[in-house]
Amino acid sequence: MGSFDLSEIFYNVDSGYLEGLIRGFKNGILRQEDYRHLTQCDTLEDLKLHLQGTDYGNFLANEPSPLTVSVIDDKLREKLVAEFEYIRNHSYKELGVFLDFIKYSYMIDNIILLITGTLHQRQLSELLTKCHPLGTFDQMETVTIATNTADLYNAILVDSPLAPFFKECISEEDLNEMNIEIIRNTLYKAYLEAFYDWCKEKGGATADVMCEILAFEADRRSIIITINSFGTELTKEDRAKLYPRRGKLYPDGLIELARADDYETVKRIAEYYADYRPLFDGTGNGPGDKTLEDKFFEHEVTLNVNSFMQQFQYGVFYSYVKLKEQECRNVIWIAECIAQRHRAKIESYIPIM
Amino acid sequence: MTSHERIDIFPSRMNLTIMKTRLKGAHKGHSLLKKKADALKIRFHSILKKIIEAKQEMGEVMKEASFSLAETKFSGGDFSPVVLQNVSKAQMKVRSKKENVAGVKLPVFEVYEDGTDSYELTGLARGGEQLNRLKKNYAKAVKLLVELASLQTAFVTLDEAIKITNRRVNAIEHVIIPRIERTISYIVTELDEGEREEFFRLKKIQQKKEVMRNKQDKIRRKWQEEQEKENLPVNQTPNLLADDEDEDLLF
Repeated sequence: MGSFDLSEIFYNVDSGYLEGLIRGFKNGILRQEDYRHLTQCDTLEDLKLHLQGTDYGNFLANEPSPLTVSVIDDKLREKLVAEFEYIRNHSYKELGVFLDFIKYSYMIDNIILLITGTLHQRQLSELLTKCHPLGTFDQMETVTIATNTADLYNAILVDSPLAPFFKECISEEDLNEMNIEIIRNTLYKAYLEAFYDWCKEKGGATADVMCEILAFEADRRSIIITINSFGTELTKEDRAKLYPRRGKLYPDGLIELARADDYETVKRIAEYYADYRPLFDGTGNGPGDKTLEDKFFEHEVTLNVNSFMQQFQYGVFYSYVKLKEQECRNVIWIAECIAQRHRAKIESYIPIM
Repeated sequence: MTSHERIDIFPSRMNLTIMKTRLKGAHKGHSLLKKKADALKIRFHSILKKIIEAKQEMGEVMKEASFSLAETKFSGGDFSPVVLQNVSKAQMKVRSKKENVAGVKLPVFEVYEDGTDSYELTGLARGGEQLNRLKKNYAKAVKLLVELASLQTAFVTLDEAIKITNRRVNAIEHVIIPRIERTISYIVTELDEGEREEFFRLKKIQQKKEVMRNKQDKIRRKWQEEQEKENLPVNQTPNLLADDEDEDLLF
């Protein structure tokens, strides 16, 4: 546990109830045993039946059959959003800021979607339904009022909660010229750095837990971006600008990564770091092998589970959302495997507990 | 066979010649159409075989493609809305060409890529590897789909063409040729009939002439005999002016 400062004395006054709630929710996360049951289902109806036996209860009860994977996806997300919104509405002061930080990552995705849609003159109503409900914010609907990028930048983006990230790294001209995927990653980088700094400033157990998780997130992004940029038009300078400068790789590793030309180089760089070395070992593309991304997911899950080991800190909220997200992905994965009768890979979900 | 199953035509020798040429033409047309039908049929079967192969492959490829979509969603989250919003024009386009098989124009579709990959950086931070696989799988699926569409259209067009050709072949074989043949045999019968009639008439005339000759012979012989009896010269002609036994006429 970190230094025992004043904020931890009042932690239970402000957020004790919510932490209790989150820990309760966390106990409802599907266990290995539940996954075993789920993977043995033959139809989606079976899956629904098994999910009823878990904390999900009757969340699919009102859905008319035949059940589709997308319905399950929507319902799973709805449940997570409901839980999160409840917590957000009851949060107090700093926890509120912290939870907003969690929401920002979804907002980035949404605003990217809206900007793309606006630049291509799509209908707003069509776009809003595709936004992630965790990332909604009041100014979202105004995005489409803007007819050109200058308006968009000056009138709308500066008003949104994401304004600080935009101001920091993207100019008005960039909005026109940059690839939307680069804007997204630049925003995400700014977001990660801001979140990291906020947690660091907060100090105490929160900083201990969150900085670990966010540093990993930052490093993971750097590595994956490097690997995925091979063979694309992304230049090395542009690539280096997308690396979040907060992880364990910063600064030496990032400089090395910026020079990397192939997968082997990335692997060699990662081998200098005790945390990432095992992740690169034993990865491959063959059947049965785990991909690097799977390994990263597994590591992320471990970090998130570990964050529940400490009390009086906000990390549990972040971890819960991330674990739940992973769980949604797992359930959807299993559902897809069942729906497409592709059972060979059904076991490659990421176990949580 | 009722009479209107043949061509309504006057049975003359000239018409017989015309009919014979028409019959020859019909036979020629029949064999040509038959050949066309056979060529189309061969093509049809090969297309059918290809369609079956393509459909079986399609199942596999689509399964793989949609599974890789699931894989990508698992590691990269739901990226499709952004990609959808970013699309302004089609990258893969279809060109249609025509192929000639035994006089039947078959449409052939051809895929070509227009422009470069407009969304290369998708999944840069997550799931890029799966996304590449996804792109490859779906590109394969789209190509196969176009191929299948081309085959399927050819199949339908060929089917139609074969049906029409077969109908023509059958019409020539079972309607036109028999009708011409019937007309020919009708003309031949009619001509024969006329000939027989003519023959019979000649015979009858001869017969009548014979009978008349016999009668005259008889009379002549009788007269000769009478002359001989009266010891008159056979070739003596009676005096027309000798008014021996004429009775008076009373009015």
